[in-house]
Amino acid sequence: MRTAGESVKVIGEVPSFQVTLIVRRFDPENDVEPKWQDFDVTVHGTDRVLDALHKIKWELDGSLTFRRSCAHGVCGSDAMRINGRNRLACKTLIKDLDITQPIYVEPIKGLKVEKDLVVDMNPFYQAYRDVKPFLIASDSPKAERLQSPEERARFDDTTKCILCAACTTSCPVFWTDNQYFGPAAIVNAHRFIFDSRDEAAEVRLDILNDKEGVWRCRTTFNCTEACPRGIEVTKAIAEVKQAVLRGRV
Amino acid sequence: MSEVKVHHYQYDVVIVGAGGAGMRAAIEAGPHVKTAVISKLFPTRSHTGAAQGGMAAALANVEEDNWEWHTFDTVKGGDYLVDQDAAEILAKESVQAVIDLENMGLPFNRTPDGKIDQRRFGGHTRDHGKAPVRRSCYAADRTGHMILQTLYQNCVKLGIEFYNEFYVLDLVMNTVDGVERPAAVVAYELATGELHVFQGKSIVFATGGFGKIFKTTSNAHTLTGDGVGIIYRKGLPLEDMEFYQFHPTGLAGLGILLSEAARGEGAILRNSSGERFMERYAPTIKDLAPRDMIARAMANEVREGRGSGPNKDYVLLDLTHLEPAVIDAKLPDITEFARTYLGVEPYTEPVPVFPTAHYAMGGIPTNIKAEVLRDNTTVVPGLYAAGECACVSVHGANRLGTNSLLDINVFGKRAGIYAVEYAKDAQFVEVPQDAIAETVKLIEHMRNATGTEKIAVIRKELQETMDKNAQVYRTEESLNEALEKIKELRKRYENIQVQDRGMRFNTDLLEAIELGFLLDLAEVLAFTARERRESRGGHFREDYETRNDEKFMVHSMAYKTDNEIKIGWKPVTITNYPPMERKY
Repeated sequence: MRTAGESVKVIGEVPSFQVTLIVRRFDPENDVEPKWQDFDVTVHGTDRVLDALHKIKWELDGSLTFRRSCAHGVCGSDAMRINGRNRLACKTLIKDLDITQPIYVEPIKGLKVEKDLVVDMNPFYQAYRDVKPFLIASDSPKAERLQSPEERARFDDTTKCILCAACTTSCPVFWTDNQYFGPAAIVNAHRFIFDSRDEAAEVRLDILNDKEGVWRCRTTFNCTEACPRGIEVTKAIAEVKQAVLRGRV
Repeated sequence: MSEVKVHHYQYDVVIVGAGGAGMRAAIEAGPHVKTAVISKLFPTRSHTGAAQGGMAAALANVEEDNWEWHTFDTVKGGDYLVDQDAAEILAKESVQAVIDLENMGLPFNRTPDGKIDQRRFGGHTRDHGKAPVRRSCYAADRTGHMILQTLYQNCVKLGIEFYNEFYVLDLVMNTVDGVERPAAVVAYELATGELHVFQGKSIVFATGGFGKIFKTTSNAHTLTGDGVGIIYRKGLPLEDMEFYQFHPTGLAGLGILLSEAARGEGAILRNSSGERFMERYAPTIKDLAPRDMIARAMANEVREGRGSGPNKDYVLLDLTHLEPAVIDAKLPDITEFARTYLGVEPYTEPVPVFPTAHYAMGGIPTNIKAEVLRDNTTVVPGLYAAGECACVSVHGANRLGTNSLLDINVFGKRAGIYAVEYAKDAQFVEVPQDAIAETVKLIEHMRNATGTEKIAVIRKELQETMDKNAQVYRTEESLNEALEKIKELRKRYENIQVQDRGMRFNTDLLEAIELGFLLDLAEVLAFTARERRESRGGHFREDYETRNDEKFMVHSMAYKTDNEIKIGWKPVTITNYPPMERKY
């Protein structure tokens, strides 16, 4: 009889290589200013930046602090600036970066740094809640509402948002004015404004017609580039702007 | 002991966990009584969001179906260890559960005439196994994401109070008129290191699973079984812990989940010679057989030398015959996972896959009102559990795909309703003076732990022994090896090292505490797996290859005693379906 463990090894040996990560550190209990710290780690071909951060935390320095959960790009916990670009650490393969150079890792910008790569997400969540991100309908159906595939497709793209804040914290307007709702909140407003079952589009359009609303957007497309879910964020914002101008969907 | 700041609260209903089950309960409770939800994560980070394929309900929107067929499939899928009264409720209430979500705004995929679309999934059949049936309601391959978002959106709408990034570390019990009842939970706030005591008339556990006891897993880093572990440490039983599901199609080497929806849409599993090997194992429904059978079949193909790749250690999931447009519309996320993480293009290349630890069928025993049991029959008044952390038991020895998103909605809702009902008449249970003593001791021990053992090393060794010895194939010998290893790791755990001494965002300290829960639960799993000397559903013993109904048509109940695990057995509720041989 074979032993129970024989079947569990998977995939061949993956080549390993050395990389240097330069991580922005801040200890709120001891530091006045953030500082950079270098770490050299050995990683494998399938490793992501999150794996390298775990290696540092688990083998070199247990105090390195960052948020993470699912580790495959669906929970939205680990948005950070990697080589100057907002990405999810769990979705960024190290081999896809230029590994002849050190990899710079720092917190997303525009939100207060709490510790190392952890930022205060509360202003971001508040902006999301402020756009009324829930279905508002006056009917009380006993059965399922009907919605055609075309109506459903109208807002499909913006249902993908995982609230990681990669878009909002890549926006130069948000960096200078964090009263601005920011791309993620507008994306989540879009998701309901264009849902055929919803009846409160005008309420949300009114909210976003505010001076801190959609008109702050300068169409730099940073948000679209940053979105790890591939949402066409700038397009969604443009659609909301048009709806505001028309006064309807 | 350093002075730690402690905060006190009173709520009628306290819900621990903000995944699908917890938030579904909150939506029932919030409008009626003062309710708090405490979660170690911001709600939308919960692992419900990683569920992909769908939620079962016999809506019969696209073909004939009914809840009785669904009940039968659930019972048979669970290899007859399912409590049939609970399965009946699950199937019957599924239709309303889907309608609830649609009414809350969930963007399901639609049929051309605007109804909720449905697709095939493993083990779900028409007329008691005759052919696959389209029962899974879905939103592309991000159904869990849409459920989690929709439930959170509705919690925002209702103004539910959340305490996010609060780690519940203890349940405080007290005896009232000779009956032990829950009084409060104690939570550690990640941001500050301060403690919070939430006194609740009803307390609902909805804390999810513990897949991090395994190395190859689809589970999030945060799924460390804290809630299940807390219940176990209170001396309350855990049910059917030996039944753990390995999902057939994890990305090889990584464990990242590729939904069964791929096979529901027509994808085929092939071995190294390109053979559709499931034809040999399940001639009628082939690639849509239940997960336990497919996972074993895959492992067997590899063991017998028919695996693919340089080391012949995985099989292939073939989607190349599907239209790219179908893939893009119905399976966009999982095909992107293949591209991102393995560099494989699913339009043209088959994807390397191998079983990955996925779901705990067992957990905190409850009845159909989601009330927690302290033995085979006695309820703990005021204590509820729902979702993956609970065992009601609708999944028995093997859960069918799409029944977990259903479970969290049906029994999450029930937990909310019954928790409110109880809280309306109940008084608060007094919180003893020393309520936080245990928690303070645990935290201070960890904060000052200057041993030599690294958290990550112990965790890795634990995960490796569980993968090696307690995965899809098990023997008395392998399970004993796992138990020996866990014993050694427990000893080493006493000598652990925590490097971060800070109060703020100390994830190092929390990882050390989480490891303690993982060790407890892995031990219970290996122990109950050893004691169940038969093969049933997801539990396969090479030294006892057949199901033994005479001896083991019972749930296991594991209790923590001072230095060992005590095992008891609990009868299975059978209503309409006497056990039969399980063939597909």
